[in-house]
Amino acid sequence: MATYTLTTPLTEEVVRKLHVRDSVILNGTIFGIRDLTQIRIFDHKMDPPVSLQGAVCLHTAPSLKKKGDRWEKVCVGTTTSGRMDRFTPGLMEKYGVRAIIGKGGQYQASLEAMKKFGGCYLAIVGGAAAVETNQIVEVEKVYWEDIHPEALYQFKVKDFGPLIVAMDSHGNHLYFEVKAQAEKKLPEIYKRLGISP
Amino acid sequence: MTQFTYQLVEDTAKELYIRALKILPPDVREALKKALDRETNPTGKEILKTILRNVEVADQQNVLICQDTGLPIYMVKIGSKFSVDGARVAAALKEGAKRATWEYPFRGSSTHPVTRVNPQTSVGEGLPIIYWDFVPENDFLEILMIPKGSGSENVSAMKMFIPADGVAVIKKFVVDTVLQSGSNPCPPGVIGVGIGGTADLVSKLAKEAIARPVGSHNHDPFFAQMEDELYEAINSLGFGPMGLGGSVSTLAVHIEWAHTHITQNPVAVNTQCWPARRARAKIYPDGKVEYGF
Repeated sequence: MATYTLTTPLTEEVVRKLHVRDSVILNGTIFGIRDLTQIRIFDHKMDPPVSLQGAVCLHTAPSLKKKGDRWEKVCVGTTTSGRMDRFTPGLMEKYGVRAIIGKGGQYQASLEAMKKFGGCYLAIVGGAAAVETNQIVEVEKVYWEDIHPEALYQFKVKDFGPLIVAMDSHGNHLYFEVKAQAEKKLPEIYKRLGISP
Repeated sequence: MTQFTYQLVEDTAKELYIRALKILPPDVREALKKALDRETNPTGKEILKTILRNVEVADQQNVLICQDTGLPIYMVKIGSKFSVDGARVAAALKEGAKRATWEYPFRGSSTHPVTRVNPQTSVGEGLPIIYWDFVPENDFLEILMIPKGSGSENVSAMKMFIPADGVAVIKKFVVDTVLQSGSNPCPPGVIGVGIGGTADLVSKLAKEAIARPVGSHNHDPFFAQMEDELYEAINSLGFGPMGLGGSVSTLAVHIEWAHTHITQNPVAVNTQCWPARRARAKIYPDGKVEYGF
């Protein structure tokens, strides 16, 4: 269990150093994406209007306020990643995304993409939006405003985290591990509750 | 001297929505602090520390705890010594929820179930959800507001069992549902279990269960004991905070029950995330409003 403070964009070399249970703090720029953003990229085949090479993408649908041309943060938090699983391999292979920040984790195809292209999944503390919003210094840019709150957001962050490496580029998946351990304990738990297996 | 008006109900409904999103109930805070004391996994400890820091930041800066402002649910209790037009109360609750969304302002999370068009109001057809109850003797109108987020609601489950299935199957269903939901509902939260009634009533019972103060017990000793058993069982799964491993997987298991048909036994599980948000108000005939949890 190591702690890393990293600056975006991330290189493959840096991502390959990370292992599950490591703790990560991020500085630099991260991109907020969600269901509709990725449906637009992959199903409607529209390339993102900004380069995502080495990018860290956060699964979010933020509350923002627009004042003139500027967007101001109201509350930025993280949503469940499972729904967006099918897009992650494409983000990594085609657009060079290095890390996904979310909650709940993703599945096998995403894990394979992380192994192949040098990516990782960073788990954030879900529900802790007050802390998360504070760590966003400013909303640098909003692309595809027409689909807000599911647009493509560019956030400048300072000391963003703690993020926990939950899927790494070596094929480790912390959520799967925890679930497998729970399943192993299940017969004993059933027995205590008087449940016949 | 002021007096009760429907405008006052609307203002209170708005205030309750915003308060629920910002101020975590004291029993939830206490449960989270105790969780940090008993968590042994380093990752789990780090997550719980962030959770507690988040509560502090929300207090100090007067901001939302979580960005998922949820679907608004109002549980209303009308005292028998309080005369009120229920239809006007319902309209006031809807308007209040809408105004909270626009005036704070925060994200409207309600949407059309098929077209997915978002009215940006947090309400809509059939929303807010309102449950009515009537209480003898009380001379006030009580409103409990719960914003229900999607990460935890998406793992809800309901199943119709039959009498031959017995009690062990109920427990298995609860444990298996929690196992399936894993990290998605932002654990450690409250597991609400409904037992009995009908398909619709059992889901409502599970929802009432998550709205109870954390760690309170069912008044029936049989179900109180089942709450303890399930609490132990779920924590020993080892999911831990945010499902990343640890000894604290849930803050509490609450059961609510009702009698059911002789041929059936419905069971529902409704999970609440770690910010087990709720806000309560009592409105009196003289227009006095008391806020609480």
